[in-house]
Amino acid sequence: MDPLHVTLVHPLRSFRLELELEVDRETVALVGPSGAGKTSVLRAIAGLLRPEQGRVALGDDVWLDTGAGISLRPERRSVGLVFQEYALFPHMTVAENVAYAGPRRAGELMEQLGIAGLGNARPGELSGGERQRVALARALARDPAVLLLDEPLAALDAHTRVRVRAEIEDLLARLRLPTLLVTHDFQDAAALADRVGVVVDGRIVQVGSPAELIAGPASPFVADFTGGNLLRGTARPAPSGLTEVTLADGSRIFSTDRLEGHVGAVVYPWEVAVAREAPADSAQNHVVGPIAGMVPVANRVRVRIGPLTAEITAASVERLGLRPGEPVVASFKATGTRLVPLA
Amino acid sequence: MRRAFELGLAVATGLALAFLLLPMVALFLRISPAELADALTSEVALDALWVSLKTGLIAHFFVLLVGTPAAYFLATKRFRGRGTLVTLVELPLVLPPAVAGIALFALFGRLGLLGRTLDTFGIQIPLTQTAVVLAVIFVAAPFYIRQGIASFEAVDPLLTDASRTLGASPARTFRRIALPLASSGLGAGSALAWARGTGEFGATIMFAGSLQGVTQTMPLAIYAQLDLNRDIAVAIGALLVLVSLTVLLSVKLLPSWTRFTSPSFIRSAPSG
Repeated sequence: MDPLHVTLVHPLRSFRLELELEVDRETVALVGPSGAGKTSVLRAIAGLLRPEQGRVALGDDVWLDTGAGISLRPERRSVGLVFQEYALFPHMTVAENVAYAGPRRAGELMEQLGIAGLGNARPGELSGGERQRVALARALARDPAVLLLDEPLAALDAHTRVRVRAEIEDLLARLRLPTLLVTHDFQDAAALADRVGVVVDGRIVQVGSPAELIAGPASPFVADFTGGNLLRGTARPAPSGLTEVTLADGSRIFSTDRLEGHVGAVVYPWEVAVAREAPADSAQNHVVGPIAGMVPVANRVRVRIGPLTAEITAASVERLGLRPGEPVVASFKATGTRLVPLA
Repeated sequence: MRRAFELGLAVATGLALAFLLLPMVALFLRISPAELADALTSEVALDALWVSLKTGLIAHFFVLLVGTPAAYFLATKRFRGRGTLVTLVELPLVLPPAVAGIALFALFGRLGLLGRTLDTFGIQIPLTQTAVVLAVIFVAAPFYIRQGIASFEAVDPLLTDASRTLGASPARTFRRIALPLASSGLGAGSALAWARGTGEFGATIMFAGSLQGVTQTMPLAIYAQLDLNRDIAVAIGALLVLVSLTVLLSVKLLPSWTRFTSPSFIRSAPSG
C-alpha cells in the first residue's frame, strides 16, 4: 500500500491553508478548532476543492499537481470520504446507498458493519449511529485506497459517541488503510489516531502521537487543547538548577524544563494531587486555596483550586471529605511541569 | 373598533372570492350538461381540442428536453453574467403576448432574421402548426426553467459531492441524484408550463393565425366562435376551466407524494 502525500496552499476566508503531510498505513488525525481549515484539506484531497497550489499523490499515482496542471476529477481518485453530515442519499434505501459506488461488496460490507437488516430502510428512518455505519459502508464499497473521515463523531449524542468511537477504532484497525481523520475533539483523535496533527489557522503547529502531544505540547494552544492546565508566568533559572516560574499572583513554581521569559507552565490534571495540608513529599510545587468547584467525571472528580484543575478519584474525595469552599493544597512535581513559550 | 376591522377583512375576502369565482360559475350556468356534450362533439371543438393537444404535447416535449439541462446548468454553475442570464430567461414571463407575437414574426417571418434563410430552403413558419408550437414554447418554457432552477438549487450540494467521491461521473450524478431529488419541483414547473401553454392566445393568433384544424387552438376557437356559435365558445371555455383546475390541483398535491425526497440527515455546525 502506497502512502498518501499531500502539500497544499490555499487561501481561506481569514488565513491561508499551508500544510504538508504524509499518511502511511496508519490513521492520522487533524485536530483543531472549528474553522481551522481541516475540512478544506479533505475536500482538496478528494478533488472537491481545487487548491491554489498543491500536490496530492498516492505513491506514484499523482491526483493533483497544480505545477504540472494535473487535477483528476473526484470520481477518478480512489478515496472513501465520509462526510460530517453523512450526506446519505435520502431518496434511496440503505442498500441502494451502499451499492451506489459498486454493488460487488455491498452485501458483505453491510454484514460487516451490522446494517444488513436495514437494507430496505431509508436514511430518514435511521438513528445517528446507524447513519454513520451506512456512510462508512457506502464509502468503503468503492474499495478506496485512502479513507477520509470528516468529524465522524460530531453529529452523534454523547452516549452513542463512545460506542461508535469504539466501532470505528475496530474498523480502522482491520482496514489498515491510509486514513485521514478530521475532528475538533482531542479525545476522539487520541482514541482513533496513531498520529495527531494540531491545525491552527491553516497550519499544522505540532505533529506527534497523542501521548507525545500531552507530554510535550509545543504551544499553549496545544497544551490547552490536549486538556492540560496552563499557568502563565515569568521564568528564570533558579539556583537549584531548576527553572523558577513566578505566577501572576506572586506565587512560584518549579519546572525541570529550561526556558526564560514569558512562559506557560503546563500541568495535566491527573498529575495534580490534593491534600488538606502541604504534604512532606517530593513534590516541589504547591498551590494553596479554597476549592472553587467540583465536577464528577465518571469515577473521578475534577477539582478546581485557583488556576488549577486536579483530577482525583471519587474515593479520595470521600476519604478527605472535600467540599467546595474548603482550603486545600494542590501539589505537583517539577518533573511533571512542562514549560511552553508564550508570545 | 376591533370588530369593525374583522368585519372589514371578511367583507374584502368575500368580495375578492365572488369576483374571482362568479365568472366561472356563470360560465357553467350558461349551458346545460347535454348542450355542453353536444357542443364539445362539434367539429370545431374537436378540431381545436386536437390542435391544442398535439401542439401542446410537442411543445412540452421540447420544453422538458431542453429546459431541464438548461435549468441544471444555470442552477449549479457559477460564472460571470449568470444573474443576467437568469433574468433574461424570465423576460417572456412579463412580456405582453402581443409583443411575443411580433417578436416571433421578426425572427421567423419571411423577412425575419432567421426566416429569410429558411425561406430560401422553401421553409415557411408563420401561419403553420410549427408556428403554434414555437409560440407555446416561447411563452411556457420560462415557467418551467425558472421553477427548475429553484428545484436544482435546493438539492444539497453535499449530496452531489458525495456522488462524485463515490465514483459517479457528472452525468450519472445528474441522473441518479439531482434529477430525482428535484423531481417534485420539476413536476410543478412542468404543470405550470403546460397550463400557460394551453391558454396561449395572443402570440399564437398573431404568429400562427386561427385556421380551424391547423392552428386554431382551444382559446382561439373560443374567440372565433364567440359571434358564430356562442354555445361552442362557452363549452370550450368550460372545458378549459376543468383542465386548469386539474393542473392547479396536481401542482398543489405534488409535494405530498414526493415528500420522501427532502433531505432528512442531521445538520450540525460545520467543522473547519
